[in-house]
Amino acid sequence: MELPLTQHIVPGRKPLSLKEYEKVGGYQSVRKILKAMTPVEVQTLVKDSNLKGRGGAGFNTGLKWSFVPMGPEAATPKYLVANADEMEPGTFKDRLLLEGNPHQLIEGMIVAAYAIQATISYVFLRWAYKLAAQEITQAIQEAQEAGYLGENILGSGFSLEMHLHTGVGRYMCGEETALLNALEGKRANPRAKPPFPQVSGLYGKPTIVNNVETLCNLPHIVNNGAEWFKGLSQSPDSGTKLFGVSGRVKKPGCWELPIGTTIREILEEYAGGMQDGYLFKGLLPGGASTDFLVEEHLDLPMDYGSIQSAGSRMGTGTMIILDDQTCPVGFVHNLQHFFAQESCGFCTPCREGLPWVEKILLAIDRGEGKPEHLLTLDFHTKYLGPGNTFCALAPGAMEPLQSALKYFREDFERHIHEHHCPWSKVWQPSI
Amino acid sequence: MATIYIDNKPYDVTAGKNLLEACLTLGLDVPYFCYHPAMGSIGACRQCAVKVYRDENDTKGKLFMSCMEQVRDGMRVSVADMEAKEFRAHVIGWLMTNHPHDCAVCDEGGSCHLQDMTVMTGHNYRQYSFEKRTYRNQYLGPFLNHEMNRCIQCYRCVRYYKDYAGGKDLDVFAAHNHLYFGRHEDGVLESEFSGNLAEVCPTGVFTDKTLKQHYTRKWDLTTAPSICHHCSLGCNTIAGERYGTLRNITNRYNGEVNGYFLCDRGRFGYEHVNSLSRIRKPLVRSQLPEATDKYLALKAAASAVKAGRVIGIGSPRASLESNYVLRTLVGEDNFHHGVSDMDHDLTDLALRILREGAARTPSLREVEMADAVFILGEDLTNTAPMLALAVRQAVRQKPLLEQVSEANIPVWQDAAVRELVQTEKGPLFSATFTETKLDELATQTYFASPEAIARLGYAVAHNICLDCPPVEGLKKEEKKLAGQIADALLAAKNPLIISGTHCGNERVLKAAANIADALCARERAAGIVLTVPECNSMGLAMLGGHKLESGLEAVLNGYADTVIILENDLYRRAGEATVTNFFKACKQVIVLDHLHNRTTETAGILLPAGPFSESDGTLINNEGRAQRFYQVHPTAEDIQESWRWLSELGTIVAHDEISQWHGYDDILRAIVIELPAFRGIEAVAPTSEFRIAGQKIPRASHRFSGRTSILANVNVSEPKPPEDPDSPLSYTMEGYRGQPPSSMIPFFWAPGWNSNQATNKYQQEVGGHLKGGDPGVRLIEPSGTGEFSTAVPQNFLPLEDHLFMLPLYHTFGSEELSIYSPPIMERAPEPYVALNAADAMRLKLEDGQTLHFTIAGQNYDLPVKTSPHIPSGTAGLPIGLPPVPFAELPAWAILNRNLKWKKQPQTTF
Repeated sequence: MELPLTQHIVPGRKPLSLKEYEKVGGYQSVRKILKAMTPVEVQTLVKDSNLKGRGGAGFNTGLKWSFVPMGPEAATPKYLVANADEMEPGTFKDRLLLEGNPHQLIEGMIVAAYAIQATISYVFLRWAYKLAAQEITQAIQEAQEAGYLGENILGSGFSLEMHLHTGVGRYMCGEETALLNALEGKRANPRAKPPFPQVSGLYGKPTIVNNVETLCNLPHIVNNGAEWFKGLSQSPDSGTKLFGVSGRVKKPGCWELPIGTTIREILEEYAGGMQDGYLFKGLLPGGASTDFLVEEHLDLPMDYGSIQSAGSRMGTGTMIILDDQTCPVGFVHNLQHFFAQESCGFCTPCREGLPWVEKILLAIDRGEGKPEHLLTLDFHTKYLGPGNTFCALAPGAMEPLQSALKYFREDFERHIHEHHCPWSKVWQPSI
Repeated sequence: MATIYIDNKPYDVTAGKNLLEACLTLGLDVPYFCYHPAMGSIGACRQCAVKVYRDENDTKGKLFMSCMEQVRDGMRVSVADMEAKEFRAHVIGWLMTNHPHDCAVCDEGGSCHLQDMTVMTGHNYRQYSFEKRTYRNQYLGPFLNHEMNRCIQCYRCVRYYKDYAGGKDLDVFAAHNHLYFGRHEDGVLESEFSGNLAEVCPTGVFTDKTLKQHYTRKWDLTTAPSICHHCSLGCNTIAGERYGTLRNITNRYNGEVNGYFLCDRGRFGYEHVNSLSRIRKPLVRSQLPEATDKYLALKAAASAVKAGRVIGIGSPRASLESNYVLRTLVGEDNFHHGVSDMDHDLTDLALRILREGAARTPSLREVEMADAVFILGEDLTNTAPMLALAVRQAVRQKPLLEQVSEANIPVWQDAAVRELVQTEKGPLFSATFTETKLDELATQTYFASPEAIARLGYAVAHNICLDCPPVEGLKKEEKKLAGQIADALLAAKNPLIISGTHCGNERVLKAAANIADALCARERAAGIVLTVPECNSMGLAMLGGHKLESGLEAVLNGYADTVIILENDLYRRAGEATVTNFFKACKQVIVLDHLHNRTTETAGILLPAGPFSESDGTLINNEGRAQRFYQVHPTAEDIQESWRWLSELGTIVAHDEISQWHGYDDILRAIVIELPAFRGIEAVAPTSEFRIAGQKIPRASHRFSGRTSILANVNVSEPKPPEDPDSPLSYTMEGYRGQPPSSMIPFFWAPGWNSNQATNKYQQEVGGHLKGGDPGVRLIEPSGTGEFSTAVPQNFLPLEDHLFMLPLYHTFGSEELSIYSPPIMERAPEPYVALNAADAMRLKLEDGQTLHFTIAGQNYDLPVKTSPHIPSGTAGLPIGLPPVPFAELPAWAILNRNLKWKKQPQTTF
C-alpha cells in the first residue's frame, strides 16, 4: 500500500532535515513545475487528479484555484494561506503532518503558490501546536537558505515569501474567511461570500486558503501524475487520507489509508476495536461538527459521497467514538458547550441559539429537563441550518445534536422522565 | 429597473439594490436590525430572512437574508412564507433570551426599533427560562447613556462610529454571547458625532443623556420641524417639547442636507432654550420694577422709535423674517449687519463667489459624491462638523467608483467593500494653519499661514488653467504640491473645493474660487463649498445692509441716537471698548433677544424674543438653501418672535408697510416682492392657510397621552387648543394623520414603525429623497460672470515681538448659543493660546505657562498649548470661547515681554 503523505514520518523521530528530505526526493515537484509547467497546467493537473479539500468541505482543489484571477491584469499581491489551525474537536491529523514532515507542507505550498502565482504565503498555525511551530520555523529557514523560498526561486523568476503565524486559539479561525480576518489583525468574524477569497481575500487581494493535508498531497501529484493519485484510492475520491479514531477503542490513533476504506476496517483493524467492557454506540465520522453514524453504517466506505448519503459528512476523517457507558446527552452537551463558547458572536442564531441549546442540554443532563425542551432543541436543529446563519459554525454544531436526537431520542426522553441522568451513578443536586 | 415577484405579485424595483431595500421601498414590512441605509448591509442579525425560489417551479424555496441578496430580474420571493415568518419570530426569540425586557423603564420605549420589530414578527411568549447575561455599563461623557444589557449585538454602533464617522474609541470586545460594545475604559466619547449612536442603536443601549434630565416618551413630545441654528449648514432637526421645556433634538431626514445624522453641537446644544438666563419678561429699565408688561414695553419702544433717529442692527442668528422686518422698520439706509466687519466682508465675498463664479455649490449629499477634495483654510470638524462627516464619505468615492465596481461588489455590501478597499482613499488635500481631524484622511497636508494657503491655491488654479495668475517665489515642494493637487482635481469626475470665512482671509476664498472656476474652464463638473460664520449669515448677506462699524459711527457721530439690536451680543462682534463707548453714546437701546448677555444688560428696553423653538422663520444656509423652521410650542404671551415684536412696533408707529402686514405670510410675501434675490422662498413651505382634507398637521402624535388631565387640577373642562396663526401646524394631536409635505414633517411615524426608522416610509426610495422632494429651495445658482482673481498675496512675514494671531474654532465652545447647554460647556476646552513649538522654545515657554499679549488694546494672559503645525510667527486663539474676550482675528498680537512668565497655568482673567 502506497502511503505518500506519511512515508517519511516516523513517530518519535525528528522530522527530516532539508538535506535528508531532498535525498528522498523532496522538492522535486518544485523543480519540475518551475522548469516545465505553467501555473495553469499545475491547476489543470490538480483539478484532473480530483484532489478534494481535506479540511472538511471536500471541494475540488484545482477548481477552487481556477477562480483566482490570473494574468497581468490580476490584482497583486496574491496570497496563499495554509490552514493549520486544527481546532476541530477530535481531530489531530494535520498535527501529524506538521510535526512529522514540515518540508512536505512547504513544498506543497510552493506548488500551490506557483499555481495561482501568489507571492506571499502564510502558515496559520493553531497556537497550541508548539512543537509544530518550532519545526516549521526551522524548515522555512532551511528552505529559504536553500533558495526554495524568497526572491527568484531556483532562478525561475518566481518569488515567494513564507511566514508562520500562530493564532490565539479560536475555533472560528478554521473558517477560511475568519482566518483571513484574524490574519489581518481583525476580529475573527467570518465574511460574507461572495465575494470569495479567491477574488477578495487577505487585505482584499486574491487569496487561496488550503488545508495542510490538501497541500501536502500536491508534491506527490506533481511528481506522479493525476492518474497515479486517482489509483491510490478505492473509491470515486482520489488519493489517501489521514483517518483518526479517538474514544474508548484499544488503539486510538491516526493512519494514512486509501480513501474508501470502510469504517469497520479503520475501527477494528487499525484502532483495535472497542476496549473491553465497552460497546459501540455511535460515532462522529469527521470531527465534532458531523452527524452521528451508528452500527448500521459501519460498513460504509469513508469517502465523501458514501458518508454524505448516510446523512453525515466525512469532514476531517477523524472519528470520535461514543460508547455505551457514556451518556449521549452529556456527550452532546460537551460539544455544544464548545461550539457556544467558540461562536464569534456575529450572527444572532449562533450567538444566542447555541448557549440556549447548551443550557437546555445541561438541564436535561441534570434531570431538570422538560418535555418542551426537546421541541426547543428541534427548532434549533431546523433553523440553525446552512444559509440561516452567517457561517457554517452553528450548522456544524447542529449536526451531532440533530442526529443524536434522531438516534438517541429515547435517552433524551429518559433523562426528562426519570429526572436524572441514567448514566450518572451519583445523584446530582439541581443547579 | 428589474421586475421581481414578491408573494406572486410583480413589482418594478431598482436594479442593483438589495432585496431588503427593494421591499422597504415598496412599503412592505420586512423587519431588520443591522442594515442601515447609510451604512449598507452586513448580514449579522438574520432578521430580514425571506424565502427565495429558484424559479416558478420551485415550491420549496430557501431562506435568504434579504439584505444580502441583490435583486435580479425575475427573482421570486416570499415575505409571507410560513417558514420565513417562523424564522424571523425565532430571531426575535433569540435576541430576547438576553434582553432585559425593561421597556417600562427604558428611555427608548415607545420609539424603539426592537419593540417595533418584535411586534412585527409576532413573537409574543418567552420560551427561554434560564439566566440572562448582564454587563457593567460605562460612563461615556455628558451626551450618552450606556445600558449594555439591552444590546442585541447588531454592530450598528461600531460600524457607524468607527467606519462611518471615523471614531477611534468605541469598539466591540469579547466574543460569543458576551460581545461588549463600548470603550476600552470609561470615558468621554471623543467623536463630534457620537450623539447619532442614540438614533443608530435600534434599542436602548445608547440613549440621549440630555433627554434623561427631563425625560419624556416620544409620544408625549410636541414636536416641530426645525433647522439647526448652530452653524451655517442648516441641518434639519426635530425639536421636541413638553410642559414648556425643550426636551430633545433629533434628526430630521433631509436627503440633500444632513441625511440621517447630526453633529453633537446640533443635537445637544439646544439647552440654551431652557437656560436660567432666558429673558422671559419685557423690561423698560427706566420704569423698573413695574414696567414688565408687554404693552408698556411696546409703548416705550414705540415712543423711543418715534422720538429718536433710529438704526437697526441685524443678526446672522436671527431669521430672515426678523432681519427683514427690522430693515423695513428702520429703513434700508439705517440697517446694519450685526457682525464683525471682517465677517461682513468675507460673507459678502462668499456670496459673490457663489453667484458670479462658474462652479455650483453642492449640497452635503453631493459633497459625499465628490471624488477629489481640496480644503483651503478650514478646520471643518470645528467650523461645519457635518461637512467634515460628508468629506469622510467623499474620500471613499474614488475606490468605490474604481476598485469596487470593477470587482462587481454591490456598494451596499459594506463589509466586503471595506475589505476590498482597505485603507485606499480618494484624493483629499488639506491646507490649513492648524492640525485638523481630517488630516488623517488626507493624501497630503499643508500647514501654513493663510497667505501661504492662498498662494498655494492660486498656484493650483494656475496649474489647472493658465488664465489664472501665476505665483512667484514658491518653494520647490510647494510647486510640486500645487501640481499634484491640480492633477488630482483634473482627474476627478466631481472635484470639490472647500473653503470658508473661518480663517479670516479673503485671498484664501478668492484662491478657492479661482480653482473652482479654473476647473470649470477646463470643463470639469467642479463644485465649491464655502462655509460662513453662522446659521443665517448667508441670508443676511443676501438681504444686504451696512457694516456694523458704520452703525457704531452713526451713533458716535450723532447721526443716530437710538438703536434696535436684533438677537445679537455686540460684545461678540467688536472690541469691548468700542461697544461700551457706543452704548454710552446711545440715547435709547432696544434689544430683542432670548438670553441675557452683556448687550441685553445695557438695554433700556428689552423685548423677550423666542429662540428657534419658539419662533417661525427662514434660514439660508451656506449653500443658499432657504429652509423653514417652525415654532414647537405656544409660548407665554410675553415671549414672541422678533419679527412679531418688530411688526407690532411698526404698527404702533404706523409704519406704512408694516402696518399692512397681518402675519407671517404677509412678511414672506413682502420679502419676495421687494427683494428678487429671495424669489422662490415662498415655495419653501406651504402658507399658513394650507390644509389637507381641511385639517392642520398635528405637532403631537395621536399616541399623546394625558392631554385632558394636564390641567385637571385647575379645571376639568378641557381648554381650547392654542391656535398657531403662522403655520398649518396644530399644537395638539388633532389633524391630518397622513404624511404632510416634506418641509413640515413634525415627526416620523408610520403604523408599526414608532422609532426613527419610520423614515423609510417617507422616502421615495430607502435612503433617497423624501417623497415630494427634499425640503429647502436653493436661491443661488452660479452665473459664471466673474473673472479670475489676480490678487495673489505676498508671503507671510513674521514680525519681531509680535505674533500673528489666527482664529481657532471648537465644535464645543466657539458657538454662542450652544455653550449655554451644560453638556456642551462640559466638552468645551479651557482657554489657551496655541503656539508653534519652535516659537515656544524661543520664547522659553512650555505647555501650560502663561503668554501675555495684547490685541487691539485688549490684554490676554493665556496658558500656552504648543502645536507642531501652527506656522512659526503665528499663534492661535480660540474664538468665542468664554471667557476669552473678543478680538477680530486674524490680527497682530503684541507680546508683553516685560512681564515675567508665570510658572503655574492660569485660566482665569
